[in-house]
Order: sequence, then C-alpha cells, then structure tokens
Amino acid sequence: MNKTWLAMLGLLALVGLALLASCSKKTGEEQSSSPTSESKPPAASTPIDPATAATVSGTVKLDGTPPKPAKIDMSQDAACKGDNTSENVVAKDGDLANVFVYVKEGLGNRNFDVPKDSVVIDQKGCRYHPHVLAVIAGQNVEIKNDDPTTHNIHPTPKDNREWNESQPPNAAPIQKSFAREEIMLPVKCNQHPWMKMYISVVKSPFHAVTGPDGKYEIKGLPPGDYTLAFVHEKLGEQDQKVTLAPKDSKTVDTTFKAGGM
Amino acid sequence: MFTACATFVLIIAGALVTSNDAGLSVPDWPTTFGSIYKMPHMVGGVEWEHGHRMVAEFVGLLTIILAIWTWRTEGRRWMRILGVAALGTVIAQGILGGMTVLFYLPPAVSSTHAALAQTFFCITVVIALFTGRRRIEEQPRVEFDTRRPSLVTLTWLSIFVLYVQLILGAMFRHRGLGWWPHVVHAAVVTVVLSWTAIRALSQYSRIEAVRKPAITMLSLMMAQLCLGFTAFLTRVAWGHNAVQPELPMVISTVAHVAVGALLLATAVVLAIQVWRHVPVAFEERIPTREQNPVAA
Repeated sequence: MNKTWLAMLGLLALVGLALLASCSKKTGEEQSSSPTSESKPPAASTPIDPATAATVSGTVKLDGTPPKPAKIDMSQDAACKGDNTSENVVAKDGDLANVFVYVKEGLGNRNFDVPKDSVVIDQKGCRYHPHVLAVIAGQNVEIKNDDPTTHNIHPTPKDNREWNESQPPNAAPIQKSFAREEIMLPVKCNQHPWMKMYISVVKSPFHAVTGPDGKYEIKGLPPGDYTLAFVHEKLGEQDQKVTLAPKDSKTVDTTFKAGGM
Repeated sequence: MFTACATFVLIIAGALVTSNDAGLSVPDWPTTFGSIYKMPHMVGGVEWEHGHRMVAEFVGLLTIILAIWTWRTEGRRWMRILGVAALGTVIAQGILGGMTVLFYLPPAVSSTHAALAQTFFCITVVIALFTGRRRIEEQPRVEFDTRRPSLVTLTWLSIFVLYVQLILGAMFRHRGLGWWPHVVHAAVVTVVLSWTAIRALSQYSRIEAVRKPAITMLSLMMAQLCLGFTAFLTRVAWGHNAVQPELPMVISTVAHVAVGALLLATAVVLAIQVWRHVPVAFEERIPTREQNPVAA
C-alpha cells in the first residue's frame, strides 16, 4: 500500500512536469508566431489632402541641471563593451532627447494604413538602439542582436501581450508586432539588467522622438485642433494644444523641469 | 542536517536571482535555452538563474534520498509522513518556480514560491532536529508552565507573525504590495518575539534546549531589523532610480532574506523545544480535592 502511494506520487509529479514542459513549448510557439497574429483586419485609411497638410515642429528643453548620468557596471558580461552611461535623462545645453511626441487628441475616428516597412531595434554594446521607439499598432518590429553575447528581449506591457525571448549572437532577427496602443511600453533584458528601452505603440503616423538637439517634427497633419503630448520616461507627460490651418507650419516648444525626477 | 544546509544555500541562491533582477534571464522551463542537460554560457543574469536551478536540482535529489531513507528506516509514522511531505513540498516548489518563469513573475506565484521555500527549509530543520542523536537519547528536563498566555502559545504566535511577515515581505519584493505593510508588521513581530524570548529566558533559562534558541531568536531578530533598515535605505530610499541592481542593495536584501529564513526556523525550533520541555500545566482540570487534600 505504501509503495503504491509512493509510486502514485512520483507518477503525479512526472505528469505535472510533462504538462508544464508542454505549456512551455506552446508558449514558445506562440511567441514566434506571425507578427500580425494579434492584429484585426485593417480598416480602410482616411485620405488626407496633401495640398492642405500642415507641419508642427519644436524643441523640448530641460529647465535646471540634469542629473549626472549614472555609470553602468557591465563587468558581469565580458562581451559587453561600449558606452556605459545611463540613458535615463539625456540632455545637453538644455535640449532634452528621447522625448516621445505624438498627437494625443484631435484626429477623431480617422484610420491609417499600417506601414509595410519594419522598424528596427538593434542590440549593440549591450544597449538598445534606439532608446525610445515609436511604432504603429500592427507594424512589424525587427529585433537584431549585433552583440557577441545572448540577450533576451522582454517587453512588460500593460495592454499588449507580454513575451520574453532569448536571442543568441548571429541569430536571425526576431519579428514582432504590438496590437494595441500603449505609450512608453518598457522593454528590458533580464540577462543585462541595465538594458532598458521604451516602445510607444500608436494608431497614427503623427509622432516623433526628440533627437540629441531636443528637436522634433511631425509632418502631413490635416488642418484641425490637436493636443500634442510630450512623454519622457522619467519626467512624465506634458500636453499642449495647437490649432493648424491648411498648409500651416507651427512651432510648439515645451520645457520639462529637472526637479521632477 | 545536510539537506537543511543545502536548502539554506538554495534560499540564498533564490534571493540572488530576485535581487539581481535575473528571474527571467532564462526564458524557458523546465529546459534551459531548450536543453535539459547542456550548460548555458554563465554570464549576466543567466549565472544567477541557472545557478539557482542547479542548486534546486541538487536539493530535490537530496530530498528524494531523505524521503526514501526516512520511509525505510524511521519507526515513527509521523516522521515518515514528514519525509513524504518534504518531497511533496519540494516538487510543488519546483513547479511554482517554473510557473514564475512561464507566466513572467506574477506576484502571487513568485510570493508563494518565496514563502514555500522557507516552509520547506523549516521542514528540513524539523527533520534534522527530530532525527538528531541528542534529541533521541536525552532525558528531557521538564518544567510546567502555569502562566498565561503560556510559552507554548507565545512560540506559536511568534511563528504565525513571522510567517505573515514573510508573506508581506515576499509580496513587497515581488511587487504585489507596497513596502509599508511589511514595515508596519515588523513592529508587531518585534513585540511578539521579544515577549516570547524574554519570557523564555527569564523563567526557563536553566533549560539549555530552550535558552539557546531563545537567545538565537532574539539575536537574529535584532540583526534582521538592522538588515531590513539597510535594505530599505539601499533599495527603496536611495536605489529607486538605479539603472541596475547595485551591490549594496543586493547584499542587504539577500542577507535580509537569509536571516529571515534562519529566524523563522529558529522560532520553529524554539516552539518544538518549549513543547517538550515546558508543557502547559492544566491546573483547572485537576479536581479541587486532589489540589487540596487537607480541605477534604
């Protein structure tokens, strides 16, 4: 009787392990599925008259002394070589980089085509390039590994599906897409905990990310009243209203306070 | 005893995984990068995560041996059941560890994994205590406890508040709760454990089996309070904007987890020793005539 119980316990444990192993395999299969597997059939795009299209551009500034960039300790992986300063707040001469700018309100129920081109994330020097990326919902994201070490790419979304895949050196690029809008979705590598980036998934092509000079430009907007949102990973969000007439070219600048960190 | 020591090492290895934010550096389970036996390149987070898995496999193997050995050689039925319970716990713990990987560290699962780890550690400590030569051979010195609440009750209360504290700490560590419930409950733990240890030492210090764990529990509690304060400073107050886990926050949090495990196990040992050496005197159950024969 006792031996029977022990045998049953062992069998139960083995069945449990086998079930979890199959779950793991299934999860892996789901992760490598087609990039558009989550997407609904795209609705027809709303036409915009190029003759009346307007442009909005500007500069994002940082008011105050930016924090000294922290030094990253990459010693746990000898293959990680390169710039080892953190990218939390990148500001030079008051110009703030890596701010995601997008049209938050004013586009109504317009639909937009999903671009056929991929956006690329490159892992190089054990950092993500770019640090802040914008992508349209359903658009393909190609993730490359140019490092001589294995990374894992692990988005931690609130509204999209979470996944976690490893990518050895010289592996084929990983192809993924995000189905739902989500601003500043964090992505990290659990093998190299300093590696962090943000993906903003939006519906419209009217977005930009500020460069090292703090500048951005959004072209091709139809005339109308809009709310522009400026989002920074540490400094939060600021909104600005703007009205664009046909063929308008307006400047909308904004300033973040360094004390907000 | 060897399994208990190996389990303590395993708890430290697990704490290192969490503190280094390496819980998902190996994205698959029960395989590692698709293989059961192939050793991965041990760099970055993989070093912590796969290291934890290897120690866990070793402890699993030890527990299988322990359960079979206990089943075959132990005369006490409850000890045989405890051996099987240890095996069941380590299997459940392994499955929970896998679930944390497959479901991306859900706070409830990760916290249960953390709490069950220390439960398993206590089981191995209890087995080591009850199979020790000294316990089997000694003639226990017994003193009846007439005070209320009894010391037995206080030791059980200590285990309870420590276990609640363990769950609150695990929930905070795995982002299922804020820090304040763990910090507020630390005050409750301090009061209950001090009360228990002071009662034990003030009344039963003559009994070595009670005195030693009571002193150990009190010392560990003080060390744990200091470590908790340091961990709070390094991780919550100073480290919330850190770009990566820094050495002071890793050392302080791992030490806090390790000493917490030792504290819980010591409270369990104290409870067992008090149960044996300081049983409760149920005076109210003794008939009046027997208490005062002259009056009769």
